[in-house]
Amino acid sequence: MSIFLALALITGQSATPTPQDALPQSAEAIDWDKEFGAEKRVADTVTGELPVDAYVQSEDNVGAKPFQGDALARALGGQAGIKAIVERLVELSKADPRIEAIFQNQDMVRLRRTLFEQICFIANAGCSYTGRDMKAAHKGLGITRADMNALVENLQRAMREQRVPFAAQNRLLAKLAPMERDIQER
Amino acid sequence: METFPHQPRRRHCQKRAFKYLSFMAFLSALTVPAAICAKPILAEPLLDGGKLVLTNGVSSVEGASGGGLATWATIAGMGTDRAIGVSGHVTGIALPDYGWQSHGIAIGILDRVEISYARQNFDTRKVGLALGLGEGFRFNQDIFGAKVRLAGDIVYGSPIVPQVTLGIQHKRSLDAAIVRAVGAGSAHGTDFTISATKLFLANSVLVNATARLTNANQFGLLGFGGGQGASRSVQFEGSLAYMLSPRLVVGGEYRTRPNNLMIAHEDNAHDVFVAWAFTRNATVTAAYADVGSVATFDGQRGALVSLQLAF
Repeated sequence: MSIFLALALITGQSATPTPQDALPQSAEAIDWDKEFGAEKRVADTVTGELPVDAYVQSEDNVGAKPFQGDALARALGGQAGIKAIVERLVELSKADPRIEAIFQNQDMVRLRRTLFEQICFIANAGCSYTGRDMKAAHKGLGITRADMNALVENLQRAMREQRVPFAAQNRLLAKLAPMERDIQER
Repeated sequence: METFPHQPRRRHCQKRAFKYLSFMAFLSALTVPAAICAKPILAEPLLDGGKLVLTNGVSSVEGASGGGLATWATIAGMGTDRAIGVSGHVTGIALPDYGWQSHGIAIGILDRVEISYARQNFDTRKVGLALGLGEGFRFNQDIFGAKVRLAGDIVYGSPIVPQVTLGIQHKRSLDAAIVRAVGAGSAHGTDFTISATKLFLANSVLVNATARLTNANQFGLLGFGGGQGASRSVQFEGSLAYMLSPRLVVGGEYRTRPNNLMIAHEDNAHDVFVAWAFTRNATVTAAYADVGSVATFDGQRGALVSLQLAF
């Protein structure tokens, strides 16, 4: 065992300063976007959002029937409360080892905006939803049931920290839960 | 790039791994990437522990996941549809004239199939003496169970379509001579269950309904069938629960039972319970349970305490 360790150490040391590493061919220097023909997207100078493929804007894209009264909107703390919940949800999820990889290289500016619009619209807190439908928004992310459950837990925590009563939390979750069929891919 | 967020890291690791392989060909391909990548891409774990807390139910006295008394449409363990889950339980019920204890394990596979085993030990205490069995005589039985989820999901999907499972429970009394002596037709029997469970999130309410085809006497502890009827009958198990927090549930259950034995009648059972997941993996359930008359001793109601560990 210790011989293997020693060998690994020796070879590891001798590998580092080889001239190969100094060449621009090293993994760090390769522009993988170029190698794979991936298009570099430039953020909008005003919104800070990256461009997305064209889609038809519709409030049907929100994926749920909004509430009628303003009871849930008030329970969530109005638009300010919803904004704080979304900020916290994104913050928790980006730091959550279970799902942080999903958010890497994603447009977090756009995510924060559309997520806020979505919850605000569903809660009837005075917003319109301008984002994509759930299927298009989650396409290719490979989201599993465990990923969704992790996000639900983070949302529950964000709402709890905003002192949203548990029954009201569940009323919102009841609107989000059926979206599973468009979000879970594997 | 937007659609494949995992790839840059994975490519990076593979490139480095390939370079090192030329130096370290004597090491297996498996160990090399693990040694070089600070954050290796691991295969998905067998146990993912990814279920929402309490959506695996607690362990019923028969070992299947559910409530305390009733079998639900839940699948045991914390595994989601890409993993397996396991759970184990110990339950004690203190009744005025009896002590009832069960323990067992259950495995959930892909959130689709559940396989369970439970052992029940029913201590007759002083009643054993009165029945001529000897003080502290224990009735024991093994219960082998399996469930398969046919449709639906407790939490997700349509807000009104429940999760539905079909189940089977094969019960074997370990006191064959005695259960036959009290009038049971057989020392072993098989129950069939169909369960529907749904968490109505908008109301924070969980509802379960189970139909059980059974001829078990006192859950099978007193054998199967008897003088008043040997064939199976359809019995009902209903549960209603309210979620107070993601980890705290209160509720009640009702369970009807057949009445096959000549010597002792059987009542319907019911309970009120509180279940608390004090960690992601551990749930304690406390209940006040009423199982009515047991072996001619009426009014058997008392405390149920159950501990479940689930992964």
